[in-house]
Amino acid sequence: MTSTPAVPAMGTDTTPDTTREAPITRRVKNKLTSRGATIAAIIIAVLWTIPTFGLFISSFRSEEVINDTGWWTSFTQFNFTLQNYVDVIGDEGSSSSNLGQYFVNSLAIVIPATLIPLVVAAMAAYIFAWGRFRGKDTLFVFIFALQIVPLQMALIPLLSLFVNLQIGEFQLIPPGSYAQLWIAHTIFALPLAIFLLHNFIAEIPGEVIEAARVDGAGHTTIFWRIIVPLSVPALASYGIFQFLWVWNDLLVALVFSGGTADVAPITQRLAELTGTRGGEWHRLTAGAFVSMIVPLLVFFGLQRYFVRGLLAGGLKG
Amino acid sequence: MEDVGEKFLQVVIALAIFAAIIGLIMLLVDRAPKSFRDKATIIGFLAPAGILLTVGMVWPAVQTTFLAFTDRDGNVNGLDNFIWMFTEPTALVTLRNTVLWVILVPTISTIVGLVYAVFIDKAHGERVLKALVFMPMAISMVGAGIIWNFMYAYRGTEQDQIGLVNQILVWFGGEPRQFLLDAPWNTFFLIVVMVWIQVGFAMVVLSAAIKGIPADIVEASRLDGATAWQQFWSVTIPSIRGALIVVVTTITIITLKVFDIVRTMTAGNYDTSVVANEMYTQAFRANEPGRGAALALVLFLMVLPVVLYNARQLKKQKEIR
Repeated sequence: MTSTPAVPAMGTDTTPDTTREAPITRRVKNKLTSRGATIAAIIIAVLWTIPTFGLFISSFRSEEVINDTGWWTSFTQFNFTLQNYVDVIGDEGSSSSNLGQYFVNSLAIVIPATLIPLVVAAMAAYIFAWGRFRGKDTLFVFIFALQIVPLQMALIPLLSLFVNLQIGEFQLIPPGSYAQLWIAHTIFALPLAIFLLHNFIAEIPGEVIEAARVDGAGHTTIFWRIIVPLSVPALASYGIFQFLWVWNDLLVALVFSGGTADVAPITQRLAELTGTRGGEWHRLTAGAFVSMIVPLLVFFGLQRYFVRGLLAGGLKG
Repeated sequence: MEDVGEKFLQVVIALAIFAAIIGLIMLLVDRAPKSFRDKATIIGFLAPAGILLTVGMVWPAVQTTFLAFTDRDGNVNGLDNFIWMFTEPTALVTLRNTVLWVILVPTISTIVGLVYAVFIDKAHGERVLKALVFMPMAISMVGAGIIWNFMYAYRGTEQDQIGLVNQILVWFGGEPRQFLLDAPWNTFFLIVVMVWIQVGFAMVVLSAAIKGIPADIVEASRLDGATAWQQFWSVTIPSIRGALIVVVTTITIITLKVFDIVRTMTAGNYDTSVVANEMYTQAFRANEPGRGAALALVLFLMVLPVVLYNARQLKKQKEIR
């Protein structure tokens, strides 16, 4: 899963390739290559992988086997099944965990909750980087500082705001709708997104923008035709972060989703199952993996951008 | 699953509405009279973010601050919520646990991440080794909670163990334990999960920093006959100081806000609660919004110095460059 060319190397995009280093460096490096360090590294890597691996193996074991014997014994008595996955995804029966539906909810939440803040943040970032107005720096620092405000501080008032936002009897943003989640995720994403995208957009050479302006392009044209295409790497790396963050979120979901199979994401359902059916390992193991499929695909497929975004100097807390 | 189509229709409609709003802004900005156009652009481009942040963060933060000084009926009760927080035994346990988390998680994660980064720098198969340790970062904390609940699973002495940690205990002749029930040790077993997740982050950032150390410095120290250990302390550590600060700060902030792990694994029972979890419990479960707000405010005050310190360091670094 890591040696295929489809998966880019982590870290190599920020550092010179070993083959391009001066010969002297390579010699030093080879001398330093020690067997002890390699072995120690492998031991840590194995230790780090065992928990996930154990859960993965268990998700293919039947209910009785999973509850009676450790997953490590399954290598001697080969006995695997797909039944757990069929059970958790399907929606038959009242006791079903219905994960399929919640999985769809997660997708329905995560797509707008990634795209909307990206556009809103890119627009603001462009103005902070290239616009000219009084108090710009102060305002920018203020938005950056909003990162200090923990999500927890905004939850209670935002929830009551959603409830009170009505025209007559009609609630503008009804409770138990995706809209609450989309808006909440967008708001919480903005301070970091504006900050990171600004850093990138400010680095775009001024001549490019000046040239377009001479040709008579307005701000909107410059933004869509020049800024956005040139910012694709930054947009992609922040987009991946936002995607993973929203997909893996539990707190915002608990507060704003209402918890029904119509709206709640898969993380919320899993947390619920852990609480009520903590002993049903056959469901929990398979369920956990259903919820992990998307982030793991994103992770292994887009590692290069993921890591680049991480190294750009920020990460959501 | 006949409602899948309906759900995605909602997504499409939402995106269409959003696109229409943005399109309208762009149109208005472009059609504005020439004398006013620059101003219109600035207002139009900043408006969506500005409105959302004001309504969704600035105003709520102000409200939460006030809320922290009220009781469950909305009457002002002065410092009662804070007195509760610093006197009630359960609330004190929550504070103690948060302190434990915020000391142990950043320290251990950074040290293990650093050691690992140094090891793989000289190892073969670096990519695979990196990916394996980094992988927990992509898994949700709920998923991580389930993974570790399973690792800690408990069966009576007479039964076969299904949790690996207890099995290992048994192999070495010990008694199986209820890892998540026995306070105060259960907090440490929850902390292990957070460390498991954060080491990957520390490792990736520190590894990039180590690779950024100029080769001639490393070479020079080799020629001076520095041992691997001396080289680590006198060359590697000082060279990656900036990256170390970023890593410790980021992990500290994430740890202060940790919620999902505690929620999934113990729901804060058995003396394992932390401030972020207790805030949720008080505000949304126990119908004590004032206490919840007070906890959120304390969380804010705990994060504040960490971020300020980091901002100063960043500024210093910029001045050096």
